[in-house]
Amino acid sequence: MIRFLIRRTALGVLVLWLITVSVFALFFVAPNNVGRTLAGRQATPETIASIEQRLGLDQPLWKQYAHFLGNALKGNLGYDYYHQVPVTTIIGQALPITVSLSLGAAVLWLALGVFNGVLSATRPRSLADRALTFFALFFYSMPSFLLGLLLLYFLYFRLTLAGQRWFPAGGYLPLSDGVGPWAQHLVLPWLALALLLAATYTRLTRGSMLDVLGEDYIRTARSKGIPERRVIIRHGLRSALTPVVTQFGIDLGQLVGGVVVTETVFSLPGLGKTSIDAINQQDLPVIIGIVLFASAAVVVANILVDVAYALLDPRVRLH
Amino acid sequence: MTLPYETEIPTGTPEEVSAQAGRKIQGRSPWILAWLRLRRDRVAMISLGVIAIVVLAAIFAPVFASITGHPPNEQFRETGLTEDGLPKGPTGEFVLGTDDLGRDILVRIAYGARISLLAGVASTALTVIIGVIIGLAAGFLGGVVDTILARLIDIVLSVPFLLVAIALVSVTGPSLTIAILVIGFFSWASVARIVRGQVLSLREREFVEAARSLGASDRRIMFVDILPNVLAPVIVYTTLLIPVVIVVQATLSFLGLGLAPPTADWGGMISEAQAYYTTAWWFIVFPGAALLITTLAFNLFGDGVRDAFDPRTERLLVK
Repeated sequence: MIRFLIRRTALGVLVLWLITVSVFALFFVAPNNVGRTLAGRQATPETIASIEQRLGLDQPLWKQYAHFLGNALKGNLGYDYYHQVPVTTIIGQALPITVSLSLGAAVLWLALGVFNGVLSATRPRSLADRALTFFALFFYSMPSFLLGLLLLYFLYFRLTLAGQRWFPAGGYLPLSDGVGPWAQHLVLPWLALALLLAATYTRLTRGSMLDVLGEDYIRTARSKGIPERRVIIRHGLRSALTPVVTQFGIDLGQLVGGVVVTETVFSLPGLGKTSIDAINQQDLPVIIGIVLFASAAVVVANILVDVAYALLDPRVRLH
Repeated sequence: MTLPYETEIPTGTPEEVSAQAGRKIQGRSPWILAWLRLRRDRVAMISLGVIAIVVLAAIFAPVFASITGHPPNEQFRETGLTEDGLPKGPTGEFVLGTDDLGRDILVRIAYGARISLLAGVASTALTVIIGVIIGLAAGFLGGVVDTILARLIDIVLSVPFLLVAIALVSVTGPSLTIAILVIGFFSWASVARIVRGQVLSLREREFVEAARSLGASDRRIMFVDILPNVLAPVIVYTTLLIPVVIVVQATLSFLGLGLAPPTADWGGMISEAQAYYTTAWWFIVFPGAALLITTLAFNLFGDGVRDAFDPRTERLLVK
C-alpha cells in the first residue's frame, strides 16, 4: 500500500512537471505580444522593451522556465501580467466558487443518478425503466452550454416574465452572505451540471445493479426471506456502488478543469471562467497556475479512487 | 409430415450438402450475427435513419442554399431583419427564421452539419487510429515499451482536457484542423487502454503461438492475427465517441475557439444566439435542436451497436 502510494505520487509529480513544460513551451513557441498589449497602441519600442524586461520576458526561455519552476517549488506560482496579483491569490479567490458549484452538483447528481439507476434495474424493461433510460441518454447527449441556456431561458427568463423571481441570471454570492442567497444563485448551475452527469450515473448504476442482482448471494438472501427492499439496498446496492465510486472520484477530479462552460454560461467567476479570461488575455502565469492546479486535482482524485477501490472491495490488491 | 429424426442426415463435403434442396449451409461470422441483431433493434434503426438524414443535409447543403436563394453567409439586411434590425421569425421566405445579421438559419444549419460531422468523424478516426496502434504495441510488445506507453496513457488521462484544449486553440488561433487534432491527441488514451487490456490476454492464446511458429513477424501477428479480435470493443467505443467529439467541437466553438466567423457551425450559432434568446427563440432553438438530435441519434445508435456485439446485456434484461 505504501509502495503503491509512493509510486503513484511520483508519477503524479512527473505528470505535473510535463504539463508545466508543455504549457510553457506552447505559449512561447507561438507569437506572443504581451508587452505590446500591455503598453497600448501608441507605445514606443522602448516602452515595450522595458515592460518585457520587467516581466522577465526578455530572458532566454530556459531561464524563464527555471525561474518559474524554482518559485513553484516554493509554492509561488508567479504574478499575473496585468495587475501583479499573485496567482495563488487568484486561485484562492476562484476556488471556493468552483468548489461550491462542484460539490452541490455532486450531491444532486449522485442522488439522482443512483436513485434512478436502482429504480431502473429493479424493474428492467418496464415503462419506468425505458423512460428513465431515455431521459438519461437525452441529457447525456445534451451539450452543457445548451442545457445551461435552456435552464436560463425557462427558469430565469420565463419565470421572471411571469412575475416569479425565483432565480437570478447568474453571478455568485459567498457563503458568508447567508446560505439562502448562496444556494439561490447556485441552483441553476447545479442543475445544469447535475442533470448532465446524473445521466452517466443512472446508466452506470443500472448496469452494475443488474449484474449484481444476478449473483448467487442475492438469491440466497432472497431465499432466506429477507425483505426485497433490504436485499436491494443492503446486499445489492453495496457492491453495485463500487464502479459508481470510481467514476465519482474521476469526475470530481475532472470537474475543477471541466466546469469552464457552466461557469461561463452562468457568469460565475470560478477557476473555469478565470482561466478563459486569462487565456483571452494571454496571461501566461494565470493559465499555467490553473492548468497545473486542475491537473493536480485529477492526479490526487485518481490516487484516492484507487485507494477507495481497495478499501471497498477486499479482492482488489494495490501493487 | 416428416419428423426431424426421420430425415436422413446429409453427409458429404459442405459443397455437396449445400447443393441439396433446403440444405443450404451458411456460415455466420460474428459480424453478420451482430448486424442481424442490430437490424432487429428498432430504436437503433430509427437513429441510423436520423443520422442518414443529417449526413444527406450536410452533403446537399448547397442545394438548400440554391432552393431558398440564400447563400449561408449572405446577410439579408433588407428582407431578413425587422425594421428595428432584429432577427425575423420563421416565415415563408426564411423557413427557420434569420439570425442577428439577417442570415438564413435553415441554410446555416445545413452547412453547420458539415462541420459537426467532419469534426466528429475525423477526430474519432484520429483517436481510434492512435489508440489502437499504441494499445497494440503496449499490450503485444510488453517489457520496456509497455511500461513507457502505459505511463504515457496514465499521463494523458490526467490532463484536464478542456482547459488544455482551450489554451492550445487560443494560441494557434481558431481553426477546424487544430480542433480536430487537439481532440484526437487528447482522447486516444482511453482507446489505448481498452485495446491494451484485450491484447494482454490475446497474446497468450494458441493462435498467436501458431502464427509465431509459422514464422510470422511481430508486425504481422499484431495487425493480421490480433487486431481483428479487438475490433468489436473498438467499434462500440468508436460509435459512442462520435457524439462526444461533436459536443466537444461545438463547445470549443461556443467558447469562441472553434472556427473563424462567418463560417456556419452549430456551436458558434448557439453562441451568437445567446444575446437574443429572450427575443428570438428560433435563433437558439433550431441550431440547438439540430445539435441535440444528432448527438442523441448517435448515442442511441451506439447503444444498439453495443447490445448487438454483446448479447449478454440482452439476456440480463430478459431475466
